[in-house]
Amino acid sequence: MGNTRRLFLILVPYSWLLLLFLVPFAIVLKISLSDSALAIPPYTPTLDLSAGWAGIKALFADFDFENYAWLAEDNLYWKAYLSSLWIAALSTLLALMVGFPIAYGMARAPEEWRPTLMMLVILPFWTSFLIRVYSWIGILGQNGYLNQLLEWLGLIDEPLIILNTPIAVYIGIVYTYLPFMVLPIYATLEKLDADLLEAAEDLGCSRFQAFWLVTFPLSRPGVIAGCFLVFIPVVGEFVIPSLLGGSKTLMIGKVLWDEFFANRDWPVASAVAVLLLLILIIPIVLFQRQQQRQQEAEQ
Amino acid sequence: MSRDAAKARGEVFAPWLDENAEPLIRFDRVTKKFGDFVAIDDLSIDIYEREFFALLGPSGCGKTTLMRMLAGFETPTTGKIMLAGKNIGPIPANKRPVNMMFQSYALFPHLTVADNIAFGLKRSDMPKDQIAARVDEMLGLVQLKKFGGRKPHQISGGQRQRVALARALAKSPKLLLLDEPLAALDRKLREETQFELMDIQEKLGTTFVIVTHDQEEAMTVASRVAVMDHGQLIQVATPEAIYETPNSRYVADFIGDINLIEGAVKSVARDIAEISWAESMEPLRATAPEGLTKGANCCFAIRPEKVSISAERPEKAANALPGKVIDIGYLGNMSTYHVELANGQMVKAQVPNQNRLSRHAFTWEDAVWVSFTATAGLVLTA
Ligand SMILES: Nc1ncnc2c1ncn2[C@@H]1O[C@H](COP(=O)(O)OP(=O)(O)O)[C@@H](O)[C@H]1O
Ligand SMILES: [Mg+2]
Repeated sequence: MGNTRRLFLILVPYSWLLLLFLVPFAIVLKISLSDSALAIPPYTPTLDLSAGWAGIKALFADFDFENYAWLAEDNLYWKAYLSSLWIAALSTLLALMVGFPIAYGMARAPEEWRPTLMMLVILPFWTSFLIRVYSWIGILGQNGYLNQLLEWLGLIDEPLIILNTPIAVYIGIVYTYLPFMVLPIYATLEKLDADLLEAAEDLGCSRFQAFWLVTFPLSRPGVIAGCFLVFIPVVGEFVIPSLLGGSKTLMIGKVLWDEFFANRDWPVASAVAVLLLLILIIPIVLFQRQQQRQQEAEQ
Repeated sequence: MSRDAAKARGEVFAPWLDENAEPLIRFDRVTKKFGDFVAIDDLSIDIYEREFFALLGPSGCGKTTLMRMLAGFETPTTGKIMLAGKNIGPIPANKRPVNMMFQSYALFPHLTVADNIAFGLKRSDMPKDQIAARVDEMLGLVQLKKFGGRKPHQISGGQRQRVALARALAKSPKLLLLDEPLAALDRKLREETQFELMDIQEKLGTTFVIVTHDQEEAMTVASRVAVMDHGQLIQVATPEAIYETPNSRYVADFIGDINLIEGAVKSVARDIAEISWAESMEPLRATAPEGLTKGANCCFAIRPEKVSISAERPEKAANALPGKVIDIGYLGNMSTYHVELANGQMVKAQVPNQNRLSRHAFTWEDAVWVSFTATAGLVLTA
């Protein structure tokens, strides 16, 4: 009885994983090993199940790594990967610099305010992500609100060119992903025992030293979780660079999008996606291990 | 001069009796308000060097607030706090020669036991090599030499308590504050630790101020006990004095077990007061405190162990009252008899159990006499 229950409990998440991750991944992997073709779907070979075992063998015989070789040949791709990693790393750092003070302020705010502050952080999720990114075009454009405000304040004479530059991309990314940074940091800071800070002060620390020697090290699990939660999705981000970054911003997500929809080269696009996943698996595994270690420490 | 040395020379450690002694801490008419709520109410007190001073009182009476003002985490609304003759009001917590052991211990979870102890030393100007030696010394003091490399979550509650103590003592503060230091320990460990604390305090000669709501703990460890209620000091005295001569019903009732009988002074003659307390009952006779006036409302207080119990009326007893045994509590070393007097008043009498297996002299419903001398009880007017 107990065994069937346990089996069932294990099976549910694994079937979930199988259905929603492994099966699509296998399909993408298969396409990445195929050749581009003018057909529907736009690649060969396709699996002919009516031929049975022979059909499957024929399928495997036609697979090759041409598309991966192509990724290595054209330096557009590795430049895009590198640029994505770089943009993701820098925006993670920026999000941390903006998010930590916000989380800290929330955790130090009077208890009755905290649910409201939490709501404010989550509130943007209630409107469409796309609309929010579009609205940044209105803010950052040459005649946008930001430039109007700065001109009105007399701080600038010429409008600043922000839209369609990397700066706009960073602004968009930090804005969009900020809650993923704030919430885990807030969770660790909120748990922090106020006695610890008083103990640090009692033992001779200034407020700043107490922050640096106690608050910050103890918020590390939240900082690490927040960084991964921002870094991993940002590497594959394509909406924000497409809408705010103009043509100059090179990101692998955008390249992938173009391969799929502009070039209709599904096999190359799939190869880009598979490689991206392989690159991201390293931080994802690190993240998992960190989570596990944190859980063990808490027990 | 340690207390032991003083004792050996037959001197009693009692600087509070010495008019010339300078107090280490002086609260001078200190009031602390949180909004409209008065947590500490116009409180003045002197605490002397090398004292083990206990603040005792029910939860919420202001003990922690008093201590936090000493540590520098709260500032008095009015009044002054002096440490060694200096007003410490403007000195921030991190600059005071005062350390605190927190009720929650507040050990840094990310640091090892040794690093926790070294934490305060690293903020001081002590050279690095001396810090290691000092940490080692402190680990020895609290018998944790083997545990220096462990993290706080890898040691037991009792060990954590000792790390917190060692950390607070490492900087050799002039004053150590202990907020309910033993509250989280189980009874047996708590009792052992009380004696360890006393040993350490005598060895180092540091002034300790301990907060507790456990009266036995306060009586065991302290050189003087301050009984608090609603932000005020009700009585400050040695444990013996607090127990034997409480100055009010509140203190008498708070410390130990006591019989309280309300009445009025019928007469005062040659130090002996007669207290009428119920119609048709003989008045109680007790030593009159100074200034007791006839007709005043008062309370007669007597500890159960000072009440005797017998089958016949004892001949020479100053006070003897007939009654009936209602309940017997066996405590191992003692038995407590609950005796109901003729008018319904309950009196507790505590009798040592001297012989093993001897049957109780009295049993339920037995008619007995309770008696006590004129000096056994106290007349309280406050
Ligand atoms: N920061 C504060 N704000 C408001 N009220 C407080 C604060 N600190 C303590 N109090 C109140 O002051 C009273 C005394 O508290 P405390 O000193 O902690 O009592 P004790 O330690 O004797 O249990 C309590 O009624 C408590 O609610
Ligand atoms: Mg308290």
